[in-house]
Amino acid sequence: MVVVNALVQGILLGGLFAMAALGLSIAFGVLRVVNLAHGEIMTVGAYIAAIGLSWAGLNVWVSMLIVVPVLGFVGYWVQRLLLQRALRISELAPLLVTFGIAIIIPNVLIELFTTNKQQIATGGLAVRSIQVVEGVSIGVLPLITMIVAVALIAATQLFLARTRTGRYMRAAADDSETLRLMGVDHRRLYALAMALAFGIAAFAGIFLGMRQGGVTPFDGHLAVLFAFEAVIIGGLGSLWGTLAGGIVLGVAQTLAGVVSPELPLLVGNLVFLAVLMFRPAGIVRSKVVV
Amino acid sequence: MALLEAHDIDARYGDVRAVTDVSLTLDQGELLALVGANGAGKSTLLRVLAGAHRPFSGTVAYQGEDVTRLRDFERNRRGICLVPEGRRLFASLTVRENLLVGGGSQRSGRWDLGTVTDALPVLAPLLDRNASQLSGGQQQAVAIGRALMSNPEVLLLDEVSLGLAPIVIDELYASLAPVRETGLGIVLVEQDLERTLAVADRIVCMLEGEAVLAGTPATLTHEQITDAYFGHAIALHGGTGDDAAAAGSGGGRW
Repeated sequence: MVVVNALVQGILLGGLFAMAALGLSIAFGVLRVVNLAHGEIMTVGAYIAAIGLSWAGLNVWVSMLIVVPVLGFVGYWVQRLLLQRALRISELAPLLVTFGIAIIIPNVLIELFTTNKQQIATGGLAVRSIQVVEGVSIGVLPLITMIVAVALIAATQLFLARTRTGRYMRAAADDSETLRLMGVDHRRLYALAMALAFGIAAFAGIFLGMRQGGVTPFDGHLAVLFAFEAVIIGGLGSLWGTLAGGIVLGVAQTLAGVVSPELPLLVGNLVFLAVLMFRPAGIVRSKVVV
Repeated sequence: MALLEAHDIDARYGDVRAVTDVSLTLDQGELLALVGANGAGKSTLLRVLAGAHRPFSGTVAYQGEDVTRLRDFERNRRGICLVPEGRRLFASLTVRENLLVGGGSQRSGRWDLGTVTDALPVLAPLLDRNASQLSGGQQQAVAIGRALMSNPEVLLLDEVSLGLAPIVIDELYASLAPVRETGLGIVLVEQDLERTLAVADRIVCMLEGEAVLAGTPATLTHEQITDAYFGHAIALHGGTGDDAAAAGSGGGRW
């Protein structure tokens, strides 16, 4: 029963990883930009929620309504003012820019808020659970996280498939030069994609903060690693693959945790390496390019 | 006033000169064909006209306005559209989506999904098919349809018949005939000399980046063109027709 419980918890943890990976997947799929600061954007999202909670007494769900558009706005202008210019230098330059951002953000957060954990209270939601059978319970927050992750992926998929902007984003992923030759301003499109990526990252950051009961300046390092692993395990270019990748990573971590509390990180990384070695295209091979 | 004018275009890839001092004009409703061997600079010249390649020097004017500094997407929005070599369809999109992306410039005009599929009937049954599942001829039809969706005034067609069976090429050119009647200007890059002579109003022959011969199909002999094509007779500079102004070594105006 311990194993079954670990399996269930792992699947639910995968929802969080998939949510974290979704923004990364969009940024890479559309812009071919590997956003090394993705985890730090998640951290910033969680910080704004935590501050809104402690200073203004805002409910964490209400804070999402503010955090996501704010970070989306920031993403739009980071792309237009920094990354787009970097793209003109070389394809690798944006990678260095995001690396710089990933270093600056934690240091600014330390200066402003020290290294102390900023609490994100959920009114007991994080500890509430539903017992399914003896020995297997489902946490309410992880369950909500998984449902939100699935809804978010479905909404993103729908946006990409059905809207004009989504169509352009898929076309950009195929051939951005030809898209420009068809009269589409790539700079605005790229900025919108990055706004989407930042907004979703902030969203995922708040869920991560809720799960952990708070956020520290260093949470981004691991978050970006898990997000990358979920994307690679699932297969680049497939949103549902990202969910599958997140679940595989989550299950690997929680099952390893049954054996020893020191193993989850190691085993998660080993599964990631095994996928890279034996199935480098990921477990879900999809023709749908994001 | 010409619809499109290029003056003294010099285009390079790094230190390699691809186009040297080429000037040309295109009038409304005219079909100008660029002929020449591989590497003669034809595709580069088209890319310069479309704004996809920034020239080292020279200017491009469209409807009397200098558009040299306008980007590719801005030129498309003004009415210059390139059908690129190799078709370059969006492989993960359906045919319908490819066509709709072509309408991205939002220019109004006679072409929409309905009129394009009327003009290129081969597309009608393929609309929901993925672009990666098409034959070469079908892909080329989508590429042309996609360009028409932007309601261009100038259509730049690069290597339309490359890799296609003769019967497919015949069908494509038959489809292009009514498109020409709408009055748009076309610059065509084509390897097939016979076909070029049959459809072109004027011909410019390029050799190693220079325009070495120009004229109308009626005024140029087959021999002159093939000589210019293979570089045997540079002395033929200037051609013989009325349209063929003297080129001169510094490049001419065609």
